[in-house]
Amino acid sequence: MIHTDKLTKTFTVKKETVEAVKGVDIDVAPGELVAFLGPNGAGKSTTLRMLTTLLRPTSGTATVAGVDVAADPAGVRARIGYIGQGNGGGHSFRVIDELIMQGRFYGMNSTDAAARAQELLTSMDLADLAKRTVVKLSGGQRRRMDVALGLMHSPRLLFLDEPSTGMDPQNRANLWNHIMRLRAEHGTTIVLTTHYMDEADSMSERVIVIDHGQIIADDTAARLKANLAGDLLAVEVAADSAAGVRGLLRRAAAGGEVNENSYDGVVRFRLRLTEGARLAPVLLQQMNDAGAPAQSLELKPPTLDDVFLELTGRNLREGANR
Amino acid sequence: MAVQSTEVLEKPGLVQILHDTRFVFWREMLLPLRDPFSLVFSLLQPLVFLGLFGPLLGAAVGAPAFGGQSTLQWFLPGVVVMIALFGTSMTGSNLQYELMTGSYERILATPLSRSSLMIGRALKEWAPLVVQGLLIALVCIPFGFVFYPLHVLFGLVILGIFGIGLGALSYALALVSQNKEWIFWGVQQTLLFPLMILSGIMLPIEAGPDWMKTASLFNPLTYLVNAERELFAGSVGTDTLLGLLAASVTAAVGLVVGVRAINRNIN
Repeated sequence: MIHTDKLTKTFTVKKETVEAVKGVDIDVAPGELVAFLGPNGAGKSTTLRMLTTLLRPTSGTATVAGVDVAADPAGVRARIGYIGQGNGGGHSFRVIDELIMQGRFYGMNSTDAAARAQELLTSMDLADLAKRTVVKLSGGQRRRMDVALGLMHSPRLLFLDEPSTGMDPQNRANLWNHIMRLRAEHGTTIVLTTHYMDEADSMSERVIVIDHGQIIADDTAARLKANLAGDLLAVEVAADSAAGVRGLLRRAAAGGEVNENSYDGVVRFRLRLTEGARLAPVLLQQMNDAGAPAQSLELKPPTLDDVFLELTGRNLREGANR
Repeated sequence: MAVQSTEVLEKPGLVQILHDTRFVFWREMLLPLRDPFSLVFSLLQPLVFLGLFGPLLGAAVGAPAFGGQSTLQWFLPGVVVMIALFGTSMTGSNLQYELMTGSYERILATPLSRSSLMIGRALKEWAPLVVQGLLIALVCIPFGFVFYPLHVLFGLVILGIFGIGLGALSYALALVSQNKEWIFWGVQQTLLFPLMILSGIMLPIEAGPDWMKTASLFNPLTYLVNAERELFAGSVGTDTLLGLLAASVTAAVGLVVGVRAINRNIN
């Protein structure tokens, strides 16, 4: 559905050249749900905007829905749906009018456009607001309208740029329900950008981590976490028996870092364990055998933030600090 | 396959542009149609202007400057050009709101051709003029205005062509002044009044000093006003032809500048 080859974008800002995207290769198969994850300024939106022909690549090629973005941008636009970061509805327009016109822009006839608009209003819980002007909608309602606008022409490939930024948790969940249902019903291919790691984690099958304009990881969230981060294990033992398990824990960490700090006669060890759930009981037994029984244990599954930290040495939340 | 030039590879045909323009125009027209009150005011404005400025003009300047025409016959076409000027030069201001929200970007992501985005919007600002122009012509008949419907209609078409050009320039100005909205207003207002005065819309340029007459020759609006005056007086001649030419050149320049402005944003 998407194939790019060394896609690059450089901007010139005040005579200074900024390499926003540095040669990314992306392949997305039909029906996939892919998230571009990265801090603000990483190049995810720039990449998305090149794929949707809103930006012209500086070099490299991209084929989207079977059409070359440089050779036939209008052809690409006709085959995709795009839901940008802002609200798509014109302030003074009525919701229903905007939806129908959107359908007409994509070449639908008026009967089909009206029927489709009605269908989407219902499925997006906007039916009562059809004749409302956009400016009178709440934030969540506007975002649902954006999704409806993007879906008017039933695209087989849908791009969403930061779809849930600024939404409250309830509206986010609601939005995701709609997107997931769309996918289940129509097998739509979906590509989105997000800087919410939990969103990329729970919603996408595949996560492409972008940092400084480059792809630094591309896999399922589960595999990224298992391979790159591992579970975080914290065990506490009595201070006088700590020496007996230090070596044991180092070996369990398999070369990874083992942090320790002591307080109130207790030493707390922290380390990463791949397949922690399976290894932790074994480790506990070994600690017992070594005469240093664990006084407490905590096992936390990894997050994509841990993956990002592992890959870049930075937290996702720290943003694009270099 | 490789991308190598910044040249636009998108070259939609005329049929495509006309087809797309229809929908862009129609979307914009939904605003006044859903809120017809705005139209009532826009219809009243030229009448007020004509009623208050017209008598003063006749009294202050005197009949000879009008080339033998009645004040009304001379002034009315000027008012029509003025409405076109004010209306279509505002094309970009309505775009500014859409630039601030995501509405412009959403439409940019549709397959619509770029020139149709400008033409459709410019024509929306021009459309009320057809009603306004015909209305003020009808209202003026009792006051000695002689109405030549076909000539007036042709005059409105010429203004439409001019309006596409000015609308596209206004559109480009809005894009260039994105995030600095005051620039749009500064430029629009600064250009509007000299252009208007130097075209002889309000007062006959023949009454002014030589330098003004010379300056007016470089103002496309001058030719437009002259064309409208000729047409409203019921004849078609050199002035009409020059006016049509000036309108067409404005449209061509406007669209080239406008499409460049849109494409500049994607680089």
